[in-house]
Amino acid sequence: MRLATAANEAYTASLAVSELLGCKQCGGGGGPNEELGIRIPRTLGHGPSRFIPEKEILQVGSEDTQMHALFADSFAALGRLDNITLVMVFHPQYLESFLKTQHYLLQMDGPLPLHFRHYIGIMAAARHQCSYLVNLHVNDFLHVGGDPKWLNGLENAPQKLQNLGELNKVLAHRPWLITKEHIEGLLKAEEHSWSLAELVHAVVLLTHYHSLASFTFGCGISPEIHCDGGHTFRPPSVSNYCICDITNGNHSVDEMQVNSAGNVSVSDSFFEVEALMEKMRQLQECRDEEEASQEEMASRFEIEKRESMFVFSSDDEEVTPARDVSRHFEDTSYGYKDFSRHGMHVPTFRVQDYCWEDHGYSLVNRLYPDVGQLIDEKFHIAYNLTYNTMAMHKDVDTSMLRRAIWNYIHCMFGIRYDDYDYGEINQLLDRSFKVYIKTVVCTPEKVTKRMYDSFWRQFKHSEKVHVNLLLIEARMQAELLYALRAITRYMT
Amino acid sequence: MHCHLDAPANAISVCRDAAQVVVAGRSIFKIYAIEEEQFVEKLNLRVGRKPSLNLSCADVVWHQMDENLLATAATNGVVVTWNLGRPSRNKQDQLFTEHKRTVNKVCFHPTEAHVLLSGSQDGFMKCFDLRRKDSVSTFSGQSESVRDVQFSIRDYFTFASTFENGNVQLWDIRRPDRCERMFTAHNGPVFCCDWHPEDRGWLATGGRDKMVKVWDMTTHRAKEVHCVQTIASVARVKWRPECRHHLATCSMMVDHNIYVWDVRRPFVPAAMFEEHRDVTTGIAWRHPHDPSFLLSGSKDSTLCQHLFRDASQPVERANPEGLCYGLFGDLAFAAKESLVATESGRKPYAGDRRHIFFKRKLDPAEPFAGLASSALSVFEMEPGSGSMSWFVDTAERYALAGRPLAELCDHNAKVARELGRNQVAQTWTMLRIIYCSPGLVPTPNLNHSVGKGSSCGLPLMNSFNLKDMAPGLGSETRLDRSKGDTRSDTVLLDSSATLITNEDNEETEGSDVPADYLLGDVEGEEDELYLLDPEHAHPEEPEYVLPQEAFPLRHEIVDTPPGPEHLQDKADSPHVSGSEADAASLAPVDSSFSLISVSHALYDSRLPPDFFTALVCDMLRFYAEQGDVQMAVSVLIVLGERVRKDIDEQTQEHWYTSYIDLLQRFCLWNVSNEVVKLSTSRAISCLNQASTTLHVNCSHCKRPMSSRGWVCDRCHRCASMCAVCHHVVKGLFVWCQGCSHGGHLQHIMKWLEGSSHCPAGCGHLCEYS
Repeated sequence: MRLATAANEAYTASLAVSELLGCKQCGGGGGPNEELGIRIPRTLGHGPSRFIPEKEILQVGSEDTQMHALFADSFAALGRLDNITLVMVFHPQYLESFLKTQHYLLQMDGPLPLHFRHYIGIMAAARHQCSYLVNLHVNDFLHVGGDPKWLNGLENAPQKLQNLGELNKVLAHRPWLITKEHIEGLLKAEEHSWSLAELVHAVVLLTHYHSLASFTFGCGISPEIHCDGGHTFRPPSVSNYCICDITNGNHSVDEMQVNSAGNVSVSDSFFEVEALMEKMRQLQECRDEEEASQEEMASRFEIEKRESMFVFSSDDEEVTPARDVSRHFEDTSYGYKDFSRHGMHVPTFRVQDYCWEDHGYSLVNRLYPDVGQLIDEKFHIAYNLTYNTMAMHKDVDTSMLRRAIWNYIHCMFGIRYDDYDYGEINQLLDRSFKVYIKTVVCTPEKVTKRMYDSFWRQFKHSEKVHVNLLLIEARMQAELLYALRAITRYMT
Repeated sequence: MHCHLDAPANAISVCRDAAQVVVAGRSIFKIYAIEEEQFVEKLNLRVGRKPSLNLSCADVVWHQMDENLLATAATNGVVVTWNLGRPSRNKQDQLFTEHKRTVNKVCFHPTEAHVLLSGSQDGFMKCFDLRRKDSVSTFSGQSESVRDVQFSIRDYFTFASTFENGNVQLWDIRRPDRCERMFTAHNGPVFCCDWHPEDRGWLATGGRDKMVKVWDMTTHRAKEVHCVQTIASVARVKWRPECRHHLATCSMMVDHNIYVWDVRRPFVPAAMFEEHRDVTTGIAWRHPHDPSFLLSGSKDSTLCQHLFRDASQPVERANPEGLCYGLFGDLAFAAKESLVATESGRKPYAGDRRHIFFKRKLDPAEPFAGLASSALSVFEMEPGSGSMSWFVDTAERYALAGRPLAELCDHNAKVARELGRNQVAQTWTMLRIIYCSPGLVPTPNLNHSVGKGSSCGLPLMNSFNLKDMAPGLGSETRLDRSKGDTRSDTVLLDSSATLITNEDNEETEGSDVPADYLLGDVEGEEDELYLLDPEHAHPEEPEYVLPQEAFPLRHEIVDTPPGPEHLQDKADSPHVSGSEADAASLAPVDSSFSLISVSHALYDSRLPPDFFTALVCDMLRFYAEQGDVQMAVSVLIVLGERVRKDIDEQTQEHWYTSYIDLLQRFCLWNVSNEVVKLSTSRAISCLNQASTTLHVNCSHCKRPMSSRGWVCDRCHRCASMCAVCHHVVKGLFVWCQGCSHGGHLQHIMKWLEGSSHCPAGCGHLCEYS
């Protein structure tokens, strides 16, 4: 949100100049509408994402039949074609599963009433100060008949939802701290208590929206036109963005700067890809030859865990959340604390003892039928999605890279795979990439365009979106695992 | 007997001689000797300064030929073999580090001493020869991960493997290039499989979809011969030795018990062991030829030996009784055979009702036959007497909303009267009088109603005499009525009371079906009495001398229970006995007061309608109690806000659900939907919003049309074209059952008005009705 406001300010600053000049290229002045005095909102002109140039993103109308069907479904289900959909359509196979799951969670049979579902979505998104999702769901919440009073803050919502606040907070930032006492507290609160089925529904919603907030920030999703910050009433010609800009293909000024900056380092980043591929090849080949000792394997996980602690963006300035968003959650100071820093008393979570496929799935499907199946499919698609390409190279087996990313995220949450050599992560993921991953997953509100641009410079935008999909699904699974394990412990 | 382990177990395996058991887990790897009364720790294989991940076992298996040989699968992908014969403290023999991911399962060849098979998360199965340092052959399942591998006990070269994607593959150990056979066994991962120890081709598989399936592999295509539905995903399955149809299962999540199933009885487990407090992770029959000992290890860190004879048998707890009564009053019940046998002597007594008696043929081959069998008896109504046509007619003709209250009441009263249900008609009339402005109601009517109320005195007395003759019967019959069938149950009553009961029955019959029961003399009078037209009513007034006379009578019986309902010809109702309880709560004085007050109130003091609310509510409860929930719900809907707040939510919901259920059993879908729509109870009105999706299949390729209902994604054809306008039909589609052409409902209706031939031109003479 902070970014968006900053960008807006930049525009207003440039207005002073461009207002006088009009558009330099087409010379268009104020349109006829201005004379009529009608205020027509228009987009701020970024396209669906602030990070990805608009021309890279698929234009509605030029999609193929499969994508069209997806758009149609999405529109039919939500009554809109939101920017998230427009960005995710880079990967239609995933998008289909994503939309199906989201639709089921929000609109189909389930233990929670409709307005509760949207409110929980608002709660979850607000934890990351994601005004984009909050705005969308405030609209939906009112649309399904929610009480507008609740929107003034969590303390105005029913006690039942207030009780969920604590779980929301822990789940979003330090899921490893969830215990069965949290679950018990929710299930045994007399008239405000949750049923197990409701709780599972709520947990799935919370994790879904936490990770969706990550995606929103990670891909720099622009606000919708009908939401705050998504439109301007200024006629197009007075901004520095004009119809002719689109046709010429050159965008705003900062876009140009980035491009030029990219050009300087183009040779570097070319080698970046080559080097990455070389490393993958090496790892593939010498895996059998030099076998690390057990102690070393164990310590590598610890190292990776510890290192992830230092990986953080340099600009650590305090973000003050926008007022309208902050009222949806309490305890703003509670944030991500590194797993390892406090990990002394928290034992490592072993996937071999509690994994999604065997345990999580069964539990979810038992308490909230069909959703387990849908989420399972979504995880599978996200994890296995590949086009066998890397930047300009074709026919590359990227499974190793994808697994490294997935396991790195789980590592940050203290989840360990016995059968994974965490040394691979260090080889494959460079620092700027790690910074990006960690920021998106743990403190998505701090993602900047610079971070997005500085990793994997030669890779396509669709590949960066692909990385984001991996990030959000891995994060969702990690949160779900902790929450479901606590529920299982409560039940036994 | 059981013993406590230090850590959760992941798997157990038994030595060939059944004297020792090995337990393996993430941080435990021990051998226990099984003694008479206890487990004795014999050996801890987890040695070394710093326990490595190689010792974190996912699975363990003991060689069935060589009692010194063990193999474990580690979570980091290592396969380790152990030789207990080694003199040193560390018994570790060989280490195979070929798998890249967790190894889920290891399995020794049943007869060959040196062959070991492993299946891993990376999708590969490897066969090791223990005399060599690396694998002999690698089998690629072309899938994500292998969950289980098992050598066939009978076929030397065959092994089965199960996969996370639901497939089961059969391999020949000599042919690593491709599998012999593959089929999809489950929806979702197949966690385990087990070959039948005797039956050559039988393979049992268990999966995340909560099923255990038994496959016959001898045929050309694997055939599912049995299927057991459990309550949680199946983690392990093991055939019980010496019992051809028995297998033991344990689950991976939620459910901690071990079940032994007879695959021919897939619904109730044959035996159940409930000792564990956390999920059971490993089960093993102690001896390959002894069906009575089962060993199990669990996440709750205990190792148990279960004796089969100690198992709890759910069958014993099963209740083989059931009772259900049909739409038209037929009653069926199933009871334990022993119970039925003793009482069946009274059967001939049934007289006017047909009694059908079923008994399941005993199958001597079935082991459970004696345990839980029951006999089914069916009592049928006499044809005609149980007609429910009044219910259907009423439901269809009642008007519930959309018009002013007065009209609705009048309409419904008319409907009720036409169907001969005068009591109900009267109630509607009274409701109208109470709730609509008094000016509309002509004077004579009121007199009539008062008169009517009193006229009932005489028949009332009659029914009372009857009742008094059968003391102690009242409570019985009341009970019966709540079950919904009086007749069949009265069979159970003392035979000395038979005569009276029968008489009583005849009357109570009317209670369920008021239309059927009318005392002849009252009938004629009442019918006219309730006509609202003043012109008709006036000429009849002289006849109402009798009522005046009856008034005192009414007062005489005022302290007896009947007649709590103001203005209802309670006396007609044989339900006096049934509503005794009701009546007690209502002061009789009150009821007679209400009679009078109606006539006065509206004219003199203008009592607000609220005044009657309590009475109306009681009246509704009375109807519901009587079984006429239709009346209760209809009045509730028609009166709406006027009475709603005075009846608690739960009762209302209960009435609604019963009425909707009845309507649906009579296939009155439209009426039931209307009722749902008009109901104000949230729980009821949301009935309409659940499961509103209609799934359709393409008429060409027969596949489900997932995205849109009218275009098939696969064959790119529009599924339903209108034969008249040649456009796609997106809403209601009507078609001729003769030639299967059809189209928009409106178009077809219009077309068939002008022509009787099919609009598609096929020459068929279509009918539209």
